[in-house]
Amino acid sequence: MNLLTKALTKSLWVFHLSTGSCNNCDIEILDCLTPRYDVERFGIVLAGSIKHADVLLVTGIGTRKNAKRIQKLYQQMPKPGFVVAIGACSCSGGIFRDGYPMAGPISSLIPVDVWIPGCPPKPEAIIAGLVSLLGKLK
Amino acid sequence: MEKKKKVVVPIGPYHPLLEEPEYFALYCDGEMVVDVEWEAGYNHRGIEKLCESKSWDQVTFLVERICGICSTSHPIAYVNAVEDLAKVEIPERARYIRSIIGELERIHSHLLWVGLAGHFLGYNTVFMWAWKYREPVLDIFELVTGNRQSYAMMKIGGVRRDVRDEDIPVIRKVLDELKPKLEMLTQAVLDDPVLAARLKGVGVLTAQDVKDYGAVGPTARASGVKIDVRKDSPCAAYDLVAWQVITCQEGDVFAKAVVRLLECFESIKIIEQCLDNLGKNKGPIEVEVREIPPGEGIGHYEAPRGEVFHYVRSDGTNRPVRHKIRAPSFVNIPTFRASCLGQTISDVAIILAGVDPCYCCTERMLTVYQADNRRKIMDGREVIRLCQEKTEKLREKMRKR
Ligand code: SF4
Repeated sequence: MNLLTKALTKSLWVFHLSTGSCNNCDIEILDCLTPRYDVERFGIVLAGSIKHADVLLVTGIGTRKNAKRIQKLYQQMPKPGFVVAIGACSCSGGIFRDGYPMAGPISSLIPVDVWIPGCPPKPEAIIAGLVSLLGKLK
Repeated sequence: MEKKKKVVVPIGPYHPLLEEPEYFALYCDGEMVVDVEWEAGYNHRGIEKLCESKSWDQVTFLVERICGICSTSHPIAYVNAVEDLAKVEIPERARYIRSIIGELERIHSHLLWVGLAGHFLGYNTVFMWAWKYREPVLDIFELVTGNRQSYAMMKIGGVRRDVRDEDIPVIRKVLDELKPKLEMLTQAVLDDPVLAARLKGVGVLTAQDVKDYGAVGPTARASGVKIDVRKDSPCAAYDLVAWQVITCQEGDVFAKAVVRLLECFESIKIIEQCLDNLGKNKGPIEVEVREIPPGEGIGHYEAPRGEVFHYVRSDGTNRPVRHKIRAPSFVNIPTFRASCLGQTISDVAIILAGVDPCYCCTERMLTVYQADNRRKIMDGREVIRLCQEKTEKLREKMRKR
């Protein structure tokens, strides 16, 4: 393991991007950061800008209006950067799959490293997903 | 663009609010906001169209996913609309259960708002506390409905699941524990001199503005306009229990916070009465609805942010031919034109949050551009930072006094 990955596994900074979601997944992500679940104990912190982040947490279907912005944000993320698709929407389109504004799923727009299905996934599932990302890095 | 509109501050577009996330452009003259513009459609998921391809029963699940925070308000409004169309009377027990779920949702939504408002003002402790106190409410949801969010409780003709007798004491206990915490939060907001200085007189919306823009929910009630669908056109069990509509007169962000906090107590009152009645009322929880006749129906419900309105039209088949949804933020958001004008940029974040457009304000991308050459001079984090710094300055000033 080189120094970079070693440092990375100690402090994953995440950026949250909502691309046409229903908010539930987004609340659950915030829930992970608040006292009950507190992912900060794993060194996971919400970054205010994509340029400071190691992980992009994507929720939502990726609407047509958003598609270009998602790709742009992905390009702006410092590498190595990882993408976590949270919720049925970003994994497969979920309940909105047949809708006309659908440009996703997210994996067709940007490469995805970890999928966390569920509608919405419980905070425990999100934490498990992030921890499995850490495992993958190691 | 006119000459005097010096700087444009675009806010958005990532703001996943109901079907209509939006993009704001604030036109600023120095620090002062002189105009606000609004563009929507980033989060558009084509829900109304999708509804036309789902059966009556499936639509309940789809409208639940319009907004995660109001994830029971939309289903209630929708089933009301279909019941209005099919002329169905639901059993009394189902009415109580609907009210319980609806009010629990209001508490969790308002707590969420208090936390975020605290975050914007630089009171991160409030953010963490409010979200911590919200968790037991979500636990009740998990206990009663099986899910923390998206409860799937509403059904045409009643509710999908019963509230078990053994769960009732658990719910009561959580509510009893919540009350002192809510009181503490309310007192903290009411007594804090910094918050009063920071929020009073900021982003005032007069009663006339409310009428002009057709604003609803706590946004309207904080300006002294007493509208509440739960009272004005009661559905579920709201006419069977005693409660009050909370109003304030000032119309500023402070009043909006007070209205929301006090509403939580009313919600607890409603839930407790409903629980009492559940014990006495052992009847069925649904009636069977076999066919939806051709016709039209409307339904509305008071979501935490205001009135949601659903319209359905049927041609007698198993799916709606038209489904129209109007969410409260759709009418509340344009009030920014009245409340933001003449305010400083550092106040805008909290005024926008005051309407509670959606929690996603935290991650909203805000960028300040110089209008003539569209040079980026500020982004969302900085606007929030400005907002937090202003609180800090006020706090310093008060300390010196
Ligand atoms: S996966 Fe479900 S809960 Fe998450 S954003 Fe999509 S519809 Fe909402």
